[in-house]
Amino acid sequence: MTVSALVARIRARRSARPRSWRARLVAAVPMVWLLVFFLAPFLFVLKIALARSRIGIPPYEPLLEWAESGLLQIRLNLANFAFLFEDPLYTSAYLSALQIAATATVICLAIGYPMAYAISKVRQPLRNMLLMLVILPFWTSFLIRVYAWIGILKNEGLLNGFLMWLGLIDHPLPLLHSAFAVQVGIVYSYLPFMILPIFAALDRMDPTLSEAAQDLGCRPFEVILKVTIPLSLPGVIAGCLLVFIPAAGEFVIPDLLGGSNVLMIGSILWNEFFLNRDWPVASAVAVMMLILLVVPLMLFQRWQERQEDRKA
Amino acid sequence: MERTLPGSPRYEPWTQPGNLPFIQVREVSKSFEGEPAVVRASLDVYKGELFSLLGASGCGKTTLLRMIAGLETPDEGSIFIDGVDVTTTPAYERPVNMVFQSYALFPHMSVESNIGFGLRQESLPKGVIQDRVQEALELLKLMPLARRRPDQLSGGQRQRVALARALVKRPKVLLLDEPLAALDKKLRENTQFELVNIQERVGITFLMVTHDQEEAMTMSTRIGIMNEGYIEQVGTPNEIYEFPATRFVADFIGAANMFSGVLVSMDARGATVAVPEVEAECAVAHAGAGAPGMPVTVMVRPEKMRISKLKPASGVNHTEGTVVEIGYLGDMSIYHVRLDSGKVVQASQLNLHQEAEHNITWDDRVHLVWHPSNAVMLTI
Ligand SMILES: Nc1ncnc2c1ncn2[C@@H]1O[C@H](COP(=O)(O)OP(=O)(O)OP(=O)(O)O)[C@@H](O)[C@H]1O
Ligand SMILES: [Mg+2]
Repeated sequence: MTVSALVARIRARRSARPRSWRARLVAAVPMVWLLVFFLAPFLFVLKIALARSRIGIPPYEPLLEWAESGLLQIRLNLANFAFLFEDPLYTSAYLSALQIAATATVICLAIGYPMAYAISKVRQPLRNMLLMLVILPFWTSFLIRVYAWIGILKNEGLLNGFLMWLGLIDHPLPLLHSAFAVQVGIVYSYLPFMILPIFAALDRMDPTLSEAAQDLGCRPFEVILKVTIPLSLPGVIAGCLLVFIPAAGEFVIPDLLGGSNVLMIGSILWNEFFLNRDWPVASAVAVMMLILLVVPLMLFQRWQERQEDRKA
Repeated sequence: MERTLPGSPRYEPWTQPGNLPFIQVREVSKSFEGEPAVVRASLDVYKGELFSLLGASGCGKTTLLRMIAGLETPDEGSIFIDGVDVTTTPAYERPVNMVFQSYALFPHMSVESNIGFGLRQESLPKGVIQDRVQEALELLKLMPLARRRPDQLSGGQRQRVALARALVKRPKVLLLDEPLAALDKKLRENTQFELVNIQERVGITFLMVTHDQEEAMTMSTRIGIMNEGYIEQVGTPNEIYEFPATRFVADFIGAANMFSGVLVSMDARGATVAVPEVEAECAVAHAGAGAPGMPVTVMVRPEKMRISKLKPASGVNHTEGTVVEIGYLGDMSIYHVRLDSGKVVQASQLNLHQEAEHNITWDDRVHLVWHPSNAVMLTI
């Protein structure tokens, strides 16, 4: 069943029956969750972003203040946001983060889709083993895995050593501290998040559908193109979001593998908070990042819903 | 679609010598992980037939159908369609289409695009595709549903879409895997007639799998009975019922009284079999080959057993017993009679009288008689 049908069915049910307090409670749980763990922290960050910086604890001025005349004053400082647009550093860091995340998403999709497809086609004992292998890296710390890439990519590292041993190069390539290294690190770290939702979508698919496509005249690659891929699209979208969103905000990987050569907004954010101790500017960076990621997503969602409605 | 073949029930191409079968399955075998699913199956289906494969669950019907569709490769044997060896032809190049048991409609496409899918695959001109989809929508009364998605359809509507999607390709053979199994009884009966009608109108050869014997009997020109991977018998519904070739077929189709006996003699009029269970020698008109002394089975259908409280005039094929149970079905009754040997046989009789005094009741002593031409001798 497609998501749209499910939504339609839920809507139909909603209008058919008055909602009991139990149903309301069930609906309220995720709302409360979002409120406590998403909206409240966001508002807190937004508050800091609108404050003025100062030296002290906390390192920003309060928004609300009692003036001498007994008036309650609210001071909103938009300078932090303006500052983001003035300094080209921020714009280029945003753009480079989006670009690196987008490239990583495309590469993860190109590697992850065939992998998920292959795993979904394999017989049972081997299939579980392959899934295990996909998940296995999570058993070691993320930080250690990224550190390991330094060992592979550095001048006297494994990769350069191997290439020199082959005789393909005679002096080491400067692989570490480059956009390439960051890209490799991000693709490596986020690949499982692409593979798993796509695998889940492919696994759910009724295998007789591809047989029906063959029966109706599709060669194997046409079956994949016309039936398998369209039906696994929800998994593809989920995987892309799961890779793109965290990759765009990534700060550990550019820090460790990119050094000072790769600017990503995540590392700027980190530096503003912990090196400059300018919380208001750091918060403004965070808010901008959220807007840049969430607004397009919401527009996409709206567009998709409208498409679904039109079809129904 | 024009009618290319006479679709009358009298259409019997297999009786005409020189008529070549349209589908030929030759000694085809298939095992899954060492477990045989189909064993040396041979089958001839003629053009324009509605042929049914009938058998219990797990006997290999679907596997045989899938091998004809090209979705499974036979381990041994070969398959010819319209004189062409298609044994190794991939599914997408075979001139056959299949209606899957689960219908396998594409959930991301409308009814219309589902039906047009196979035609777009042939890269026909747009206009032609549209016309043929339209034609199929009309044939199967799907016009008002053309823009719906499969998940917005009822089971019967989905079944018609699946049928339309396969028919629109104008295959040489249409394979149907239990096409009516998912429908409720009433709808199934209506759809049976509709399906036969459509088959006669489009003139395409249908090869259908079913495990519903009534369905196979009412719809088919001929039936192939399968048992544990083997094809036990192929024949018209009438042949299968009246003259089963094996004990399995006799037992599987309808109800049957089976008596174990020993063949005494054979002549032009049939066989004489000594049957201890009726404490007599039975005359059997329909007997194959056999040598005196060999163990055989005599089969008599319940409705062929005449039951009465009076002793019959002729002594041929006669026995006596006590009524132990009566199954009243309205139009007829089924009497379970325990013979003196302890064997229980069934005899059915139309209820021609309303008053009870004419009828046979529990514990009545009754006589059973059957004509030699209504008995069949089975050796396997
Ligand atoms: N892909 C497969 N892998 C392993 N065994 C299979 C496979 N397909 C079928 N079998 C086995 O082959 C035998 C025949 O199966 P098949 O599906 O042909 O039966 P069927 O006559 O269609 O039964 P039903 O009426 O239940 O559909 C069964 O024992 C089944 O378990
Ligand atoms: Mg089956």
